[in-house]
Amino acid sequence: MIIKHKAIYSFVFARNFFWGKEMEENIKLRISQIEKSFPGVKALDKVDFTVKKGSVHVLCGENGAGKSTLMKIINGIYQPDSGQIYIDEKPVQINNPMQARKLGISMIFQEMNYVPEMTVEENIFLGNLPVNRFGKVNWKEVRRRTKELLQVENLSYSPTTLLKDLTVSDIQMLEIIKAISYMSDIIIMDEPTSAITLREVDKLFAKIRELKARGVSIIYISHKLDEIFQIADEITVFRDGKVVESHPIEELDMEKVITLMVGRKLTNTYPKEQIECGEDLLQVENLNSTNVYHNINFHLRKGEILGFAGLMGAGRTEVMRSLFGLDPIVSGMIKIKGKKVTIKNVRQSIDNGMIMLSEDRRRYGIIPMRSVRENVTLSSLGKVFYGFRLHKKVEEDIVSDLLKRMNVKTPSMETPIASLSGGNQQKVVLAKWVTRDADILILDEPTRGIDVGAKFEIYKLITNLVKEGRAVIMVSSELPELIGMCDRIYVMAKGTITGELDREDFSQELIMKYATGILNTKIVK
Amino acid sequence: MIIEDGFWNTVKKKYSIYLVLIGLFIICSMANPNFLSVNNLTNICRQLSVTTILAFGATMLIISGMLDLSAGSVLALSGVFAVTAFQSTGSLLVAIFIGILTGVICNVINAVMISTFKAPPFIATLAMLAMARGVALLFTKGQNILQLGDFVVLGQGSIGIIPIPIIFLIGIAILTWYILNHTRFGRSLYAVGGNEEASIASGINVHKVKYTAFIINGIFVGLAGVLFMSRVNAGLPNGAINYEFTALTAAIIGGTSFSGGVGTAGGTLAGAFIVGFLDNIMNLSNVDSYMQQIIRGAIIALAVIYDIQAKNRRSNKILGSIEDRTVDKK
Repeated sequence: MIIKHKAIYSFVFARNFFWGKEMEENIKLRISQIEKSFPGVKALDKVDFTVKKGSVHVLCGENGAGKSTLMKIINGIYQPDSGQIYIDEKPVQINNPMQARKLGISMIFQEMNYVPEMTVEENIFLGNLPVNRFGKVNWKEVRRRTKELLQVENLSYSPTTLLKDLTVSDIQMLEIIKAISYMSDIIIMDEPTSAITLREVDKLFAKIRELKARGVSIIYISHKLDEIFQIADEITVFRDGKVVESHPIEELDMEKVITLMVGRKLTNTYPKEQIECGEDLLQVENLNSTNVYHNINFHLRKGEILGFAGLMGAGRTEVMRSLFGLDPIVSGMIKIKGKKVTIKNVRQSIDNGMIMLSEDRRRYGIIPMRSVRENVTLSSLGKVFYGFRLHKKVEEDIVSDLLKRMNVKTPSMETPIASLSGGNQQKVVLAKWVTRDADILILDEPTRGIDVGAKFEIYKLITNLVKEGRAVIMVSSELPELIGMCDRIYVMAKGTITGELDREDFSQELIMKYATGILNTKIVK
Repeated sequence: MIIEDGFWNTVKKKYSIYLVLIGLFIICSMANPNFLSVNNLTNICRQLSVTTILAFGATMLIISGMLDLSAGSVLALSGVFAVTAFQSTGSLLVAIFIGILTGVICNVINAVMISTFKAPPFIATLAMLAMARGVALLFTKGQNILQLGDFVVLGQGSIGIIPIPIIFLIGIAILTWYILNHTRFGRSLYAVGGNEEASIASGINVHKVKYTAFIINGIFVGLAGVLFMSRVNAGLPNGAINYEFTALTAAIIGGTSFSGGVGTAGGTLAGAFIVGFLDNIMNLSNVDSYMQQIIRGAIIALAVIYDIQAKNRRSNKILGSIEDRTVDKK
């Protein structure tokens, strides 16, 4: 008998010895040999992946590499074709998001679906309303807890604010708060900082570290390498549905990660070319709205890439929407090519040669169920419909040329645009505006949620556009991108322009000072 | 590595409604010997001609995210005015013109309520349904206008063996197909219905699109009114009640989706014939008329459920799957 026990103990010891490392470090989530195919595509190919308790595990990879698909499987939205998921080393079946939430999994999405008429408190407690025995909702409790959460997070809006009155960044912040309030053990964040500004990112990271300390596992999908290196404990790189490599953060640096992601070394991240800037294409004088922005004065020259930096709530998007004719202008003057223009609606703006790419692609950018082809020619219908008919060949030529030039990945131009990944959808929307041949292109967050490779392609496109004599206004919350691509940067804070920098004076610190209002060289006396 | 959809899968997706139509035709032919007679088939066509013309107007409106519940009432009003015009001028052309004009005016009013004043289409056209019917009854003092004389040639006559209403129907079917597929306006309809905000932000003149859609609908409804009164040889202020629902049924079964941005002329035509065949075979089989109503309702429910399931199956398959993989970039 003693001999038998000894044998068992030796066996257990040996097993622990070989598998010990992993068993000791408390794996929270283990993905084993997961496969998932969709018609025509193998999205995940024998994926193995583990996440430890109390750690931040970052997933990198180009758009379509499989990260989102894997996360949707973990969140119960898709079912794997084969393979197994283990939570706390116990096999689980996750059939839907509700089940996932019960298992302690919470997910914050990249493309947010929200109900515009819902209030903040309703959204936070969606599916989780405190009810009494009879099912009656305790709204007092909802109000109280929402107020608490908003206070703790230092947010200025009230529990009854409607979601449609919030910006994209606000809504994303809410999603994060929601996930935190569910007390999940595993929180999946898909590009959480794509719509929030630097200040919010710091807050988010502080929160993530807090959650880590509590033992929560965080799976973080992001393209922003500088952020990743601030927050990750481990990085897994995906490519074409497979895990390329997984390493603890100490073993990696940014260049290595990029190389793993794209399989090639990226030397010059910003294709910036010095172009001689010409006369003013756009002059904006004393633009004022009722209460969002005031005293907006700026000019844009031919061949120039003009950046607009600022924190959330600075009013940049609002200014651009007014210029484009989406929102009314209360007072002010707009001159295009030296001539005063009235812009009361979008068509007038477009007719004057000025277009805008919205930051909210799903709402203002695409017609989801229509084909890529129809989306590309949407703003240039006159080019394909004339003489009382549709010139099919002309349209196909225009579209295929653009799709090729911009390297849009789609099975065919007849594919519904909603089927494309976020990055490719963005390229199609850009293609739509390129087809329009505008002189002035306002791009609001043009590379948000897009992988490194596609970003580069968009930067190249922007450079080519200004080489042709056009001008680009780039509103962005990514300072490296602004610093890399722009000729001049205006910084906005609290609804007005606080600073203007030329390329030789660019610095993240300086821009941040203007963005927080500490510095203001544009004060009107 | 892309697996292309098999031949049969593609056929199923694009042409399923026509396959159902053909299948139904075969079943009906086998179920009842009287079905296949020229007489019966021409009758089917005559009977569905009026509501199918309405269905094409409905299709365009639904594609752009709107709808018209007033079609039956406006049809009656247009018909009544047309008949009166014929009786006072003796001219068929004037009568048709008046009928169409009435349809257009009523629908422009719809457009004003919906596009300019942003009223929900359901409510606005419901209001027009009541108002148009009221005007028709007021105008005729509730009485039917009888004995129209030559007016009936439109609804009861034929050119060769083809009844005139069917010629109108085919003409409008082709016109609708052309509008939807070959005109800037048609393309804009799909865009506005698919995502109105994105359409505005892309420079589409949404007001113009909505007004145009209603005007075209008005022309179709007015013409349908003339044909209807002509067929029944009377100006009936209470005629064509609930015709808008038959029109909607045809459109829905034909694949026009209420969420907007989806629909075809061919599909609607097929939907109309599917309903037409079913009505006919039930009549030939002496199905109780109340039972027929129940069955018709059940078919709408099935058609909608099938449509939504098919959409979900499609979108589940492709959601996020086409991520940076290409066959070719065409």
